Amino acid sequence: MIALQDRKIALWNIGVAYTAFLIGTLCGLLQVFIRNDALQLPAWLDYYQILTAHGVLLALIYTTFFIFGFFITGMSKSLGSFGPKVRLFSWIGFWVTLLGTVMATAMIISGQASVMYTFYAPLKASGFFYVGLALVIIGTWISSFALVGHYRVWRKNHKGQLSPLFAFMTITTIIMWIIACLGVVATVLFQYIPWAFGWTDTIDVELSRSLFWYFGHPLVYFWLLPAYMAWYVIVPKLLGVKVFSDSLARMSFVLFILFSIPVGFHHQLTEPGISNFWKFLQVVLTFMVIVPSLMTAFSMFATFEIAGRKNGGKGLFGWFTKLPWKDIRFTSIFIAMLFFIPGGAGGIINASFQLNEVVHNTLWIVGHFHITVGTPVAMTFMGVTFWLIPYLTGRKFTKSMKVLGLVQIITWSIGMLLMSTAQHLLGLLGAPRRTAYSSYNNHPSSAEWFDGILTNHVTMAIGGSILFMSAMILIYIVIMTMFLSPKAVEAKDMVDFPLAESDMSNTPKWLENWWIWIGLALALIALAYAIPLTHMIQHAPPGSEGFKTW
Amino acid sequence: MHLHKYEKIWLTLGVISLIIFLSVVGVSAFSQNHTPAGGMETIDPKKVNETAPFDNPGVTQLDDDTYQATIVAMAFGYTAPELKVPVGKEVVFKVTSTDVVHSFTIDNTKVNMMVVPGRITTKSYTFEKPGTYLILCNEYCGTGHHMMYTEIEVYEE
Ligand code: HEM
Ligand SMILES: [Cu+2]
Ligand SMILES: [Cu+2]
Repeated sequence: MIALQDRKIALWNIGVAYTAFLIGTLCGLLQVFIRNDALQLPAWLDYYQILTAHGVLLALIYTTFFIFGFFITGMSKSLGSFGPKVRLFSWIGFWVTLLGTVMATAMIISGQASVMYTFYAPLKASGFFYVGLALVIIGTWISSFALVGHYRVWRKNHKGQLSPLFAFMTITTIIMWIIACLGVVATVLFQYIPWAFGWTDTIDVELSRSLFWYFGHPLVYFWLLPAYMAWYVIVPKLLGVKVFSDSLARMSFVLFILFSIPVGFHHQLTEPGISNFWKFLQVVLTFMVIVPSLMTAFSMFATFEIAGRKNGGKGLFGWFTKLPWKDIRFTSIFIAMLFFIPGGAGGIINASFQLNEVVHNTLWIVGHFHITVGTPVAMTFMGVTFWLIPYLTGRKFTKSMKVLGLVQIITWSIGMLLMSTAQHLLGLLGAPRRTAYSSYNNHPSSAEWFDGILTNHVTMAIGGSILFMSAMILIYIVIMTMFLSPKAVEAKDMVDFPLAESDMSNTPKWLENWWIWIGLALALIALAYAIPLTHMIQHAPPGSEGFKTW
Repeated sequence: MHLHKYEKIWLTLGVISLIIFLSVVGVSAFSQNHTPAGGMETIDPKKVNETAPFDNPGVTQLDDDTYQATIVAMAFGYTAPELKVPVGKEVVFKVTSTDVVHSFTIDNTKVNMMVVPGRITTKSYTFEKPGTYLILCNEYCGTGHHMMYTEIEVYEE
């Protein structure tokens, strides 16, 4: 077990994560009922306020705190206990992120920031909302630097050695995150905050959007890479085998540093201010992430096959039945991976230049991110939660918890299948996203969207209700394993951190030379962004004043 | 770095299909002009109503086969009197906003344009079927976002 003080930091991060999850999923439940006119809100509450809270609390806050809880535990486990400085800065990072979260959430709840988690200018929220967001980012940087510091101490004491795979992947994710955040920090600090407090009169809208999406796309890889870490280093252990290929795992991770950032324009394909050439160039770069994704898929299936055969599976697919399906830690992640297959395919469609016009800002997109971040990532985190909390608290993961865990994963899958299928189909028909109930004055086109077997007002509501029930079961498991389950005293009851062995004997050393990857990443970013952004700034129209349209 | 034989096959096939796919998309975009909405023109967002062509929004005929539809988006509606265009003719849509970001999206077509204040978004489209089409805003723009809509009539000549 790792040091008590390190466990405490991790547990606080996870605790905040699940508080955000609780409020966020409650918002989700309200949304599905408001969208089909089954629920009237009191005058002081508005659909868009709730939706902003849902996006911020689940996509930004739940993920971020959970990821740091996971990183802190894994870094302490694989590199040894934190020193006093690392601990101090991990705590400071935690509190700053939390302070920012509370500020931003207070602004949303008090109705001063119904601007969605994308906060597009010139919608103008209270200045304190942007300060809150800035603190969230700065807090994650402090926590990140604490972990980098811990890693550097280890490297100094282990000259010439490659770091353990978990640490390598954590550092990769952190490097990508810090480079990615530069965009959002620039726009929030230099554009939004001065404008929201009235120090400047206007804002350059297209520039703020471009800086946001410079950050917005790698943001999704910041969610995804920790899930991939669980796939690469946790899953093999659960199956009783080694990591399939250490060098391949590292290679696929560094490719994500290169190809997750210079691609933000694929979120801006249908807007003015960026010429087709630059849009298309970034579309091409976007597709490069397919390469590490294919590598990951190959490694996963190779791991499954090796494990299944080791357990006596015969024939071409016999190994499949020999996987530990009764182990909820494994089954959860396996289902999460299955959801990622249509999720990834949908992503290819979204980024396909012309096809984007068909789906941009329709409910299809909402369906898409619920089967990428909302399930593959979130469900991997759930699967990790089942052992991570008991590991940190030293409590048992009892039989009844295992059963509840299974129920939770199955209900989440069913709920998500219903809700996201309905959303995908409705989006293809043309139904817009981010909308409260509307029939566009009983327009026949809008009536057409909603009269299919799956594309009606009910499917999404049923799916959403099942999802919420599942979320509450998870919250119950979290509370039990955090505070109430019996302590594990005997060795057989102790919950372990399942960290697989990884054979580094064939891994080339240059893979851990970060300057190569940072340098290449910056070069690609310059290639993709320098000219179009310069043009955007030099040919900027008069800026926009702020509007509060809610 | 050692790669398994099957992995080499898998990655090679993956990369080849990637190249084919991107070439198809690229050729269709740049040689057949299948590009999404966009445009590099700018405008002062406070002076939209005084700036041509938005001082006189609506449909104008440019030549025998081309029409231009000029639309101003604002919270929560569109200023575009008499949106009527003929079937089978190219219509060039030009849209801008006087306040926040909106979209100009025509149901059942590929017209799906982001409307950004300070910028003019352009998209050319040819309707194949007559009828009345729903136009809506699919970018969140405020409390009335879900009520922001209008219609365009496509008539047979
Ligand atoms: C109880 C489970 C959930 C339900 C019922 C639910 C429901 C919904 C619905 C109906 C919308 C779309 C509303 C609209 O566009 O008008 C939405 C948006 C969204 N959801 Fe969920 N969701 C759930 C869980 C999650 C999770 C776990 C995540 C991510 C970790 C997530 C992330 C998002 C995001 C980022 C948006 C977009 C917000 C925006 O447009 O600004 N949701 N959700
Ligand atoms: Cu993206
Ligand atoms: Cu709108």
